[in-house]
Amino acid sequence: MPGFSTQARKLTVTAARTYFLALAAFFILAFGLAADLGPRLQAIESAHPRYDNFYGILLGDSRDLFANQFFVEADVYYHSGYYPTIFDQTKAFETPHIAADTGDVASHNQGEETTFMGPPRDWIDAFGRHFVPDRHTHLDEGGPTDDLSKSHEVAEILPWLKIAAELDPENIQTYVVTAFWLRTRLNQPGEALEVLRSGLRNNPGNPELLFELGRVYFENYHNIPRAREIWEAGVRMLKQQVAAEPAGARNDFDNRFLLDQLESNLGQLEEQAGNFNAAIAHWRLAKTVSPSPAAIQKHIDELTQKPWIPPGSPFPR
Amino acid sequence: MRTICALAGVVIKELYRRKDFYVLFVITIIICLVMGSMNVFNDNEIVRYIKDIALLLIWISSLVIAITATARQIPAEKENRTLLPLLAKPLTRTQLILGKFFGCWAVCGLMLVCFYLFFGLLSATREHQWPLLHYLQAASLHWVMLGVVISFTLLGSLVFAAPSSTSTICFVVAAGILLVGRYLDRIALSLSEPWRSIVYAIYYAMPHLEFFDMRNLIIHDWPLVEWKYIGLAVLYGFAYIVVFLAAACLAFRRKPVN
Repeated sequence: MPGFSTQARKLTVTAARTYFLALAAFFILAFGLAADLGPRLQAIESAHPRYDNFYGILLGDSRDLFANQFFVEADVYYHSGYYPTIFDQTKAFETPHIAADTGDVASHNQGEETTFMGPPRDWIDAFGRHFVPDRHTHLDEGGPTDDLSKSHEVAEILPWLKIAAELDPENIQTYVVTAFWLRTRLNQPGEALEVLRSGLRNNPGNPELLFELGRVYFENYHNIPRAREIWEAGVRMLKQQVAAEPAGARNDFDNRFLLDQLESNLGQLEEQAGNFNAAIAHWRLAKTVSPSPAAIQKHIDELTQKPWIPPGSPFPR
Repeated sequence: MRTICALAGVVIKELYRRKDFYVLFVITIIICLVMGSMNVFNDNEIVRYIKDIALLLIWISSLVIAITATARQIPAEKENRTLLPLLAKPLTRTQLILGKFFGCWAVCGLMLVCFYLFFGLLSATREHQWPLLHYLQAASLHWVMLGVVISFTLLGSLVFAAPSSTSTICFVVAAGILLVGRYLDRIALSLSEPWRSIVYAIYYAMPHLEFFDMRNLIIHDWPLVEWKYIGLAVLYGFAYIVVFLAAACLAFRRKPVN
């Protein structure tokens, strides 16, 4: 090489060869690793269906934790940031309010949700509260401005729910809650249907998803036959699920709540369809699991005292 | 004062030639744009999650820049053997500390202007509004908080052995205060003596950096904080800046420079 001594040229040639050999070694190492890891990855995928997507492979079982965290983050957004931490009283927030407010999920909340902060403990705590959200609000009720015309801002919870569903496709609440807010406050029943279908693909025959799907057809599309079909399938699947659960693992409270919801809604549907005998039968089943059987009995009494109306005619309101 | 300003000017020139800010700024922009391109049920007005991520990145970036830039100021002068010539000029040690502090703080201010301008533009693309007073409150409190962090990092750089250890310790302390500082009194209640008294003492003595964190109010569009509370928070921050700078001056006065 012109301008370089013989020794320098020799050094340059040696360095280039070293780099080339190192590159070749890295290439062989990468190829060997890929050849070794490829079959292992396939074996993991076939042995564990939960690891069949990107997040499953990347995060393993920890993705459930992340998914749960993002679901809670959606609830934080629903409260515009006014939310208890692990240092606060969390009994009023045990069931996220975005889920409890759907009516599909049994609420385990106790205590006062508006005062979890309690009175200020000292001047530091009192002063610090001027710089954080300090009032209980819900986004669908206008949020911090209390302006009901802004109730569509509840859409702000959706990104976290979407990420939570992608991380943990087996979490039923995520689909139910997403679909509920899409079809009620955001007037997007089509998107809600897509979310629920996606949930049913990942969790075939889940009664909670079937219940919410039936609500979309009944409340948004007013398709009574389709809603009836789905809810009856929901009741069947719930009974199968309860029968299959081991006695100790049964969550009676949640199962009873869901059965109550399914039967009550079927009762309403049959009333609207003019099938009063079927409606009464559903209300009687609902009464057996409802926390307020007296109110349901009163409603049954009202139905039985009404004059006979032929099936199919509109129900007198 | 002119000497302090001249020294601060040198610090500003030195820091804007470094690449830290540009790298963090570009990373923040890229992450926010990628998150913003996510399709959430075809709704183009959903913005709070982007604001949340953007503000988190701005806070992390600003803390990283403030701490790393400050931690190496005086050790670098020693290492380059420029400290003695500096002090040989008509410049006292106190002026040197103040010059370094104001230089770093001014750099952080300029950086915050860029970051909050980007944040405002990003929010406006979806919200179609400019809550300028909200941003002014958030940015000014953020800047005062960085002043407190810079002053205690400057003190740390005179106490700890190397810039790397100073940076790590200061970052852990700042993050710890921001995350659990508010709840230290509750943690103290669950402890037995003498730990309870010690934790209580730390709770009352430490600077409560969480006062300066208005992110939740900005993200969720809460109304403005009353200006008197902003003023009190600024005074609170200034008090800690003065305390830490005085301690740094005392520590530097007793420190050999050769």
